[in-house]
Amino acid sequence: MSDLSGIHRGHSYYEATARSRISKLLDSNSFRELLGPAERITSPHLESLGQPCSFNDGIIIGSGRLNDLPVLIASQEGGFMGGAVGEVHGAKLTGLLERAVDERPAAVLLLLESGGVRLHEANAGLIAISEVIRALLVTRDAGIPVLGLIGGAYGCFGGMGIVARCCDALIINEEGRLGLSGPDVIETTMGVEEFDSTDRALVWRTVGGKHRYLLGEVQCLVEDDIAAFRVAAIENIDKAQPLSLESLQQEHLALSQRLANYGQCQDGINIWEKMGIDDPQELPLMNIPSFLVVVENHVQGKL
Amino acid sequence: MEHLKFEFKGSVRQQGCQQTTLVGVVSSGNLEVMLENVDLDGLCRINVSTSAQGFAEIWQAVLNDFVARYNLADLQISINDGGATPAVVCLRLDQAMEEYLETST
Amino acid sequence: MKIEALLDELFPVGHSIKNAQSILTGFGSTGKGEIAVMGTTDHLAVGVEAALILADFVLGIIKESPGRPILMLVDTQGQRLSKRDELLGINGYLAHVAKCLELARQRGHQLITLIYSEAVSGGFLAFGMMADEIHTLAEAKVRVMNLPAMARITKLPLEQLQELSSTSPSFAPGIENFIKLGGVQTVWQEPLAEQLDQVVGLKHGGDQRRRNGFMRHGRKLAYPIAQRVKEE
Repeated sequence: MSDLSGIHRGHSYYEATARSRISKLLDSNSFRELLGPAERITSPHLESLGQPCSFNDGIIIGSGRLNDLPVLIASQEGGFMGGAVGEVHGAKLTGLLERAVDERPAAVLLLLESGGVRLHEANAGLIAISEVIRALLVTRDAGIPVLGLIGGAYGCFGGMGIVARCCDALIINEEGRLGLSGPDVIETTMGVEEFDSTDRALVWRTVGGKHRYLLGEVQCLVEDDIAAFRVAAIENIDKAQPLSLESLQQEHLALSQRLANYGQCQDGINIWEKMGIDDPQELPLMNIPSFLVVVENHVQGKL
Repeated sequence: MEHLKFEFKGSVRQQGCQQTTLVGVVSSGNLEVMLENVDLDGLCRINVSTSAQGFAEIWQAVLNDFVARYNLADLQISINDGGATPAVVCLRLDQAMEEYLETST
Repeated sequence: MKIEALLDELFPVGHSIKNAQSILTGFGSTGKGEIAVMGTTDHLAVGVEAALILADFVLGIIKESPGRPILMLVDTQGQRLSKRDELLGINGYLAHVAKCLELARQRGHQLITLIYSEAVSGGFLAFGMMADEIHTLAEAKVRVMNLPAMARITKLPLEQLQELSSTSPSFAPGIENFIKLGGVQTVWQEPLAEQLDQVVGLKHGGDQRRRNGFMRHGRKLAYPIAQRVKEE
């Protein structure tokens, strides 16, 4: 009998801390933290740069239950250094993914909120992210689904944007952003003409939740409510597939078609228009239920 | 970075065993507060790591205030601070303490 | 080293590697048989088109050349920084390359990387860093980002970062640091064909980088922390 008291309605995923996302996503009181804050496993690389540590090094990991199924879970705290990945943070995530191969939970849930490599520990962070990618794919190959949830203020960028797209499925809210180079990084290096990172509407048309859903980069678009993320996670657990030649060939075809169809487009709105959506300029203004109805027949092949 | 240590004689015995509590986030203007039940021979000890240097006196004042409200014995408070204002520090300490007291087993 | 010279040195017996728009694909003959070769040149900024070509080659090898080792030659300035590539979902394209390489490994293809010029950030992460073993030429440069850019983004003074560079292998650009951290295995000396012959056919038991970083004292925490997470 699943624990229905685990459902909390009306809690914004976007506003929540990494810790409260876990407690409201999982079944009540089921979360058991691994390497909790009392262990004081912090980064040794920050003191010399005048940066305070966090007792979790910006990521909370552990086990719990989702609709009575055992899961392993990791939640990145965007508020701490933008959720960026350093040596300790990365090792916690890699260790969790490797633990899954032994423990065989129903799924691994990754609550992703990160700017990518933590520059204060740049080399260690880059290698760590590569280790996460390898571990994630090994976990999937062992038959354990890995689901990514995206929806906080800091988005999911850098190497973690690549990690995200290695997951079986991604669940995102409208507020969520998913990409590789952050708009501000592109603006700083290529100039404001290339990307005006202060133009919020432009940013969301480019890397935001609704656009990613339309492109087929994410499988689920949900309301900004932890309960909605929970429902979507439960639904997606059994849709997971290990890598196969067939699935990668399908993905290859879809990505080639996407480039062929939209490679000349300069703005999300041009893409939505080409997809055959009437009044594409209205899409950013719609609430999620209306949006999902309007775009139902236009969403590109789910990958 | 500055590392400060404060100690008070705790006067209130803890009822039952509380679980480690953590509130807050280490970001600019914010802080992380962790409360633990530790055998300190009745003391309340507070460790502060902060990126805002030179505010030892203000920390003392804030903590004096806090201890006047909750003077728990055998309590270890650990803080990672990203330059929060005294008001935010007070808020987090109170939040942490409320949660901590709820966890008694 | 120029790519033509590198290919001749690696494959004195011969190769069929082509360079099309700074992307290398083909086969080379080693003392242990023919291997597949792919990579980048001219400090390529890896964008969505390049990712598709690289992935296509890997899928072709999986289908048509079972068991063939794959050598990846890396020279990239990182991912392409463009709004249009972000719009199309470049992170998904790079992940696709990584997944294809992982499938190749699962199917028994050994993955070897040689960094011969530059290896930067996302461009390196997507393919080169997926290898079972990663080696480099002495003259190569490996980094996440250059120091001035890091100073701008972290808002830390450049002088402070320069000082940190001299004391922390976790931070500063450079192959010695990556080797210490376990991210790169060794520096290859000439003759390169001999170095390549030595590694072709070696078996691996999973990602060794954390363990190597620990043994070399460059990353003292990553290995023990991941072990604890698994054992607790």
